[in-house]
Amino acid sequence: MTDIAIQITEAAHRFGGVAALAPTSLSVRRGELLCLIGPSGCGKSTLLNIMGGLLAPESGRTEIFGEAITGPRPDRIAFVFQESTLMPWNTIIENIELGLIFQGAAKAGRRERAAEALAAVGLSEFANHYPSQLSGGMRQRAALARVLCLDTDIILMDEPFGALDEQTRMVLGEDLSVLLSRTGKTIVFVTHSLGEAVFLADRVAVFSARPGTIKTIVEVGAAHPRTPEFVTSAEFAVLRNRLYTELHEEIRRTMGPELRLAAASADGGRVAG
Amino acid sequence: MRASRAIQLAFVAVLFALWWQATHGWHVSALLLPTPLAVLLRARVLISSGEVWTPLAATAIEVAGAFSLSAVIGLALGVFIARAGLRIRVAEPLLTALNAIPAILFFPLFTLVFGLGAGSKIALGATIGVFPIALNTISGLSNVERPLITAAISMGASRMALLRHVLLPAAAPSVLAGLRIGLTLSFLAVLGGETIASFDGLGHQIADAADNMEAATMYAYILVVVLVAAVLNQALARLDGFGQRR
Repeated sequence: MTDIAIQITEAAHRFGGVAALAPTSLSVRRGELLCLIGPSGCGKSTLLNIMGGLLAPESGRTEIFGEAITGPRPDRIAFVFQESTLMPWNTIIENIELGLIFQGAAKAGRRERAAEALAAVGLSEFANHYPSQLSGGMRQRAALARVLCLDTDIILMDEPFGALDEQTRMVLGEDLSVLLSRTGKTIVFVTHSLGEAVFLADRVAVFSARPGTIKTIVEVGAAHPRTPEFVTSAEFAVLRNRLYTELHEEIRRTMGPELRLAAASADGGRVAG
Repeated sequence: MRASRAIQLAFVAVLFALWWQATHGWHVSALLLPTPLAVLLRARVLISSGEVWTPLAATAIEVAGAFSLSAVIGLALGVFIARAGLRIRVAEPLLTALNAIPAILFFPLFTLVFGLGAGSKIALGATIGVFPIALNTISGLSNVERPLITAAISMGASRMALLRHVLLPAAAPSVLAGLRIGLTLSFLAVLGGETIASFDGLGHQIADAADNMEAATMYAYILVVVLVAAVLNQALARLDGFGQRR
């Protein structure tokens, strides 16, 4: 058994001639949570889609557990997306079961597995509601239940809380940390939020501006599950500031010259943003 | 809800009042427009004597045949075309252009090929009904939200599973709207065909009565058609409601 879950070697991709991802190599360790963070359009999502086999890179290689990836691997990799991808015509429990149907799971026990996953995210009483009857945060929780139910080794999350307000996102982040510390899954998590990255990740990979590649990787030493107290610790602030410094330069490169006054207060004072 | 229903009923009442006024007050010739009472009495006789059932059954069979054909062909065509972007780009403008040709022009041909019986009406109704069904199916299937498809594929959905669990349910409201338009058009086409050349059916009775200057009979059959249309409309509204349930 190898200790590397995902191995990307010199993967690069262009969309319509525009370079989206410069040659990038990355190893994701088994059981870790790795955050990808970087300026808009830096290729974070592109890299995530390459890892999951949803996108074939123009060049480079992807392996999961030593096996080359050529397409989706629903048996080993599951996705959570930013938008709600629950089918609006199915109830929450039906949606979770649908994931199992797509995956090809046997009919027997499907409903029970779905109900279990729903219970794990605390949504049992909403099993028979339609997605439109749930809040954005609850919908993403349901999407998380669907992914847990698929029971893959690897979960790829593309800004799963990106469309949610900050409070909801903090609470979901805490819940995610608890859930994941129990399951020991390998997770790659794309986010725009520095606080979210530090709070959730074992390691944070910072992207450079487009065409993006990984500029540096920051280790977060704290044990899982992380508590709200971690957010207010000195360690958290140091790591968050370090990420901010790394990222700031890259964001400037995509956004143009600095407006001295505005930049000083734009993102400096937030904690879990 | 209540108010709108009351206004609709009032509209019908005003229509009947105008009709009554035209025949009684303005003395419109009974050959053109018999009194409401004469028409209602004639309709009652047609129904109680059972005379109405034969043409009604003929029309119903033709509409059912035309609609089933247009639904099966339209859905199959729509699903087939919508599976590939190239097919949509080629076929959708073609279908739209073909749909703009008045299909009634082919009715003489249909009577030559399928005869004066039910066949030519079914052919006409199906020809007219197939376009909105195919076009709405294509538009419904090609406007499915991309993330839903990506998510399903990432979970391992096969092409059939994708069609069954994502594409068709997502397209259902548009497909149902197409079926609704298709049924309405098939109904209109069948009746139109019957009034032009036929042996049987409600349209045939209407044309026949007009030829024989039996105005009361003609209006009585028109009243039957209106009733059938109302029932059909109710059924379709229910179908639409089903499509929007989510």
